[in-house]
Amino acid sequence: MPKTWRNHVLLAYSLAIIAFLYLPLVILAAYSFNASRVNAVWSGFTVDWYLSLFKNRRVLEALTNSLIIAFFSTIVSTILGTTAAIALNRYKFKYQNVINGLLYLPILIPEIVMGLSLLVLFSQAHFPLGKGTLVLAHITFCVSFVVITVNARLEGMKPEYEQAAMDLYATPWQTFRYITLPIAMPGIVAGALIAFTLSIDDFIISFFVAGPNSTTLPLYIYAMVKRGISPEINALSTLMMIVTVSLVIIAQILQPQHTSKKEE
Amino acid sequence: MKNGKLMVLPTVAWLSLFFVIPMLIVVAVSFASRTAYGQVVFNFTFANYARITESLYLSIFAQTFIVAVITTLFTIVMAYPLAYYIASLPKKWQQPGLILVMVPFWINFLIRSYAWVIILRTQGVLNTILMKLGLITIPMQFLYNDMAVLLGMIYSLLPFMVLPVYVSIEQLDRRLLEAASDLGASPFTAFRKVTLPLTMPGVAAGTILVFISSLGMFIVPDVMGGAKSALIGNVIQNQFLSARDWPFGSALSIVLAVMSLVLIILYYKAIQGQKGGKSQNA
Repeated sequence: MPKTWRNHVLLAYSLAIIAFLYLPLVILAAYSFNASRVNAVWSGFTVDWYLSLFKNRRVLEALTNSLIIAFFSTIVSTILGTTAAIALNRYKFKYQNVINGLLYLPILIPEIVMGLSLLVLFSQAHFPLGKGTLVLAHITFCVSFVVITVNARLEGMKPEYEQAAMDLYATPWQTFRYITLPIAMPGIVAGALIAFTLSIDDFIISFFVAGPNSTTLPLYIYAMVKRGISPEINALSTLMMIVTVSLVIIAQILQPQHTSKKEE
Repeated sequence: MKNGKLMVLPTVAWLSLFFVIPMLIVVAVSFASRTAYGQVVFNFTFANYARITESLYLSIFAQTFIVAVITTLFTIVMAYPLAYYIASLPKKWQQPGLILVMVPFWINFLIRSYAWVIILRTQGVLNTILMKLGLITIPMQFLYNDMAVLLGMIYSLLPFMVLPVYVSIEQLDRRLLEAASDLGASPFTAFRKVTLPLTMPGVAAGTILVFISSLGMFIVPDVMGGAKSALIGNVIQNQFLSARDWPFGSALSIVLAVMSLVLIILYYKAIQGQKGGKSQNA
């Protein structure tokens, strides 16, 4: 049967590419447990590198910074993104194209350009670089992703529910509070998780707007990578991968499957 | 809620303040000059743009373009069959398959480039294995050259291509393929004449994403590249953080941003043309 033969080739090719995507990450994680400090020869299993991370004051400081920054950027970007998505979904705007452009350009423009433009803004405004500028920058690149995520959820929602509530004399606020918001909630939570992940994970934009006392985890990893290889970087990178991947998978599960929605 | 429309205002205001205004300031700075101490002086000049036409910077732009083109081509060849396979899986397996491809996309470029450093460096995993197998006696230099940069770029940007291509294949009307086969087309002909043309919008979307991302990339060359594999992103980074020539760095990034925008606009024009054609048929 030529069809199954073709399928086997396609399967093998796909598995090879999946392996290409994962092998480096698996190797990175595996070597975070390698006892040897200097070379790639496997010299026994150890969790020493993880233990030494938790004793490293600079790592803990970077972790604290990352969490604080991610916390505030997530809250603000989720509120901004959700309100914008609801407004865009429920109303027609005169300058819809301009608003859409404004919302989507931050995603499409190269990150490095966004990073340096914020650096230029903060320096022209004599705003000292630090955690504050990092939060402002992170909110800016997270907002668009929240809008997209919440919007995806609202697209799949029928306006009839809201109309029914209105027909039953619910006030606009009640309709919003008891109909729109609960229905949008999985999208909002997914959007918040994505914002949190983007913030925790961001390197490029943070690289431009961070100050001397606001090193985040990715910035710390970069500084260590530039100094050379060490098993602690492997351990820290592995932990970051686990956190990122878990958050994203939770967000994915919460998000509706757009494709199946359309066919309904 | 009559005031509901106003809910879009805070976000519009935020993005105006932290996205539009900064971009405008960068435009202004790109026409400024700097003092010996790196201070920006606003005296209108085209000098920064003129400097981009020096052969050094033109060749870096050319190199960036070449890397972007090769990266895009490789990601198409790698992503298309994978996306096709995922789209042909039973419905309940498609979402997990897609998540499997998209998970590495969420891990940042820095960690992913670093993973390759562990494999490719002289005392790395690959050299150790090759030496154990007796295939080489002296470690080979896999890292810090243009090939390493290309590998890192393809690796980092591949998921960008898979998603849009998958979406376009998934949305393909399978009845068209049945019709083609009823009319005597071989599976290969049906693929070439039906599937491929109809999934081109997905390939185009992926191309835009991969191409623009590789134009602005600086982590991969920074971590995996050598002294000569700098791309335009590295030059910009350098102007802002070590050379402290912000006006020149701004001019370079305006050129980069304009190139990206032109590509995006061309893409939307093409998509809109397609949509127009489709609605006429429907």
